[in-house]
Amino acid sequence: MSTRPVFDKARGEGRAALVGYLPAGFPDVPGGIDAIKVMVDSGCDVIEIGLPYTDPVMDGPTIQAAALQALDNGCRTADVLRTVEAVAATGTPTLVMTYWNPVEAYGVERFATDLAAAGGAGLITPDLTPDFAPEWIAAADAHDLDKVFLVAPSSTEDRVAMTTAACRGFVYATAVMGVTGARSTTSDLAGPLVARTKAAIEAQGTGLPVGVGLGVSTGDQAAEVGSYADGVIVGSAFVRALLDHPDDRAAGLRALGALVEELAEGVRRRA
Amino acid sequence: MTTHPEHTTSFDADARGWFGGPETGWGGRFMPEALIAALDELTVAWHEAMADPSFVEEFDTILREYGGLPSPLYYAERLSEKVGCRILLKREDLNHTGAHKIRNVLGQALLTKRMGKTRVIAETGAGQHGVASATAAAYFGLDCTVYMGAVDTRRQALNVARMHLLGAKVVPVEAGSATLKDAINEALRDWVSSVDHTAYLFGTAAGPHPFPSMVRDFTRGIGDEARAQCLERYGVLPDAIAACVGGGSNAIGLFAAFLDDPEVAIYGFEAAGDGVDTPRHAATLHSGARGVLHGARTFVLQDDDGQTIESHSISAGLDYPGVGPQHAHLSATGRATYLPVTDAEAMDALQLLSRTEGIIPAIESSHAIAGALRVAAELAEEKGPDATMLINLSGRGDKDMGTVVEWFGLGDPDEVTEDPAK
Repeated sequence: MSTRPVFDKARGEGRAALVGYLPAGFPDVPGGIDAIKVMVDSGCDVIEIGLPYTDPVMDGPTIQAAALQALDNGCRTADVLRTVEAVAATGTPTLVMTYWNPVEAYGVERFATDLAAAGGAGLITPDLTPDFAPEWIAAADAHDLDKVFLVAPSSTEDRVAMTTAACRGFVYATAVMGVTGARSTTSDLAGPLVARTKAAIEAQGTGLPVGVGLGVSTGDQAAEVGSYADGVIVGSAFVRALLDHPDDRAAGLRALGALVEELAEGVRRRA
Repeated sequence: MTTHPEHTTSFDADARGWFGGPETGWGGRFMPEALIAALDELTVAWHEAMADPSFVEEFDTILREYGGLPSPLYYAERLSEKVGCRILLKREDLNHTGAHKIRNVLGQALLTKRMGKTRVIAETGAGQHGVASATAAAYFGLDCTVYMGAVDTRRQALNVARMHLLGAKVVPVEAGSATLKDAINEALRDWVSSVDHTAYLFGTAAGPHPFPSMVRDFTRGIGDEARAQCLERYGVLPDAIAACVGGGSNAIGLFAAFLDDPEVAIYGFEAAGDGVDTPRHAATLHSGARGVLHGARTFVLQDDDGQTIESHSISAGLDYPGVGPQHAHLSATGRATYLPVTDAEAMDALQLLSRTEGIIPAIESSHAIAGALRVAAELAEEKGPDATMLINLSGRGDKDMGTVVEWFGLGDPDEVTEDPAK
């Protein structure tokens, strides 16, 4: 299952897709599955499941805290795949976002096999660029999985072209030069980056969607980003909704659902 | 240096940072896309600088006049008598700031200035690299922030004070194990946000390309000097050379000059902590597995899921669960031999060198002394008293006195110390 049809459907409705992120195993494995199902029910079009990792160089303090809690609770790669299976069963395209070492340790071919068997759509790889990913690209192609690589404001035109050509599903545009985390204003780097990325995609003729991530936490921001991007990617704000209710899971899930609904409404209106 | 034919070796990385080629290669660049442009910019700047005689000359002049280099090659006579063969110590402990680190930071800071950047960041474990970075920043007038694991800020409080005095900002990192690896993660996070005006002075020969090769180039003066000094004095190369290995910058700096001398045996000594058969060690090449950490494929202490396992060493400078990828390559090819040395063995060596030669080594360097003396004893048996073991004494022990006092229970003025001659 690719994420592409969902983006195409949203595009057909004249709106951006809402992509929601949560690390697996947070607050624990069953609790994480429950939370992601709330995200699906409340309006996320695509789900990214984070694979908790000990050395997440791109993550800010919010996602680090959640991932660390998941690891402390014993979350393993097998639990991540179990979470994928549970979420993918809802019919919502489900990707894994992972640093590269856990995939190498699991075995690249074995990971691709098990991810596909779990119904996963593919991988987002924050520390693996296409020029260092021949093994993953081969495995993903063999198992019909999405390859979502990142472009950044600092990417050269050559690298934007190389990266978009290697992607399947969508292209992940990191809108700010910085780590993950909710921000009060969206970045003025996002628009130009999306424009450059879309220009490269147009030249390649693939029509690949572009999702924008890092920093969105409100409906208004989602509407603004959705006015020029095909997908609005939200992570830290969802994690924060759960972190803010450490002793009351039901309240955390209610806060999470309400925030997803606000953002889903945001991607459906124009800024 | 890399671009000079006389400085290339059979074990260098290719243009993309692979040691041993991309198929089975070590190294490479596993990094967020946001940092790729900065790494490319750095690679170009480093190559151009190394090919520019004026840069090389300025670097050499600063090392000589400010860094106190070349460091002497010292014949350790009393130690040699105990072992039965010739022991030579490359005295990097006599460098400005007390360690080999000054070579690397002055090279990287000079390059930062050449690139027109105004701020440097660094990570540090024992504090040596942090102090060296703060020193280089002060020397060149650069703004400096040093990330240091919170655990390390406590066990290396004196070095934190030194960095403050030199004008650097020291940021304690509470995440993860709150040691060197977490300080690297935090420095990388800073770099992603500040890369337009900030250079990352990487402290060891690890990380993404070009850091492993660039740091080696800036530290290879250790080996070049030692090789020339040994030839000048004895007319032959040493039979064996040795250095401690955490990330491996002092070791690769020494090894680089001897890699294409097959008659010279090369030894790296890793921190075995409480022992490699216990969970508390940092012997990455001995007990780690192939993986990716901090941007390079190398040996990593990790569990079956690829999660990094926290390392342990009595030496904060060796307390790192990864290792520079060129060491992984040298180990895999068999060109260098890497062996573990426990905390206890290192501390015994520290005491031995102090009492036989009047030199208090850093605990890092004491691992090299301990391991090298083991090997030297075999060398003496095989080749006799003219056999030569050259050891890199990478740093001085002042910074470690708190640990030393605690380990040996020193400090009582009436305590009777053992006669070293016995």
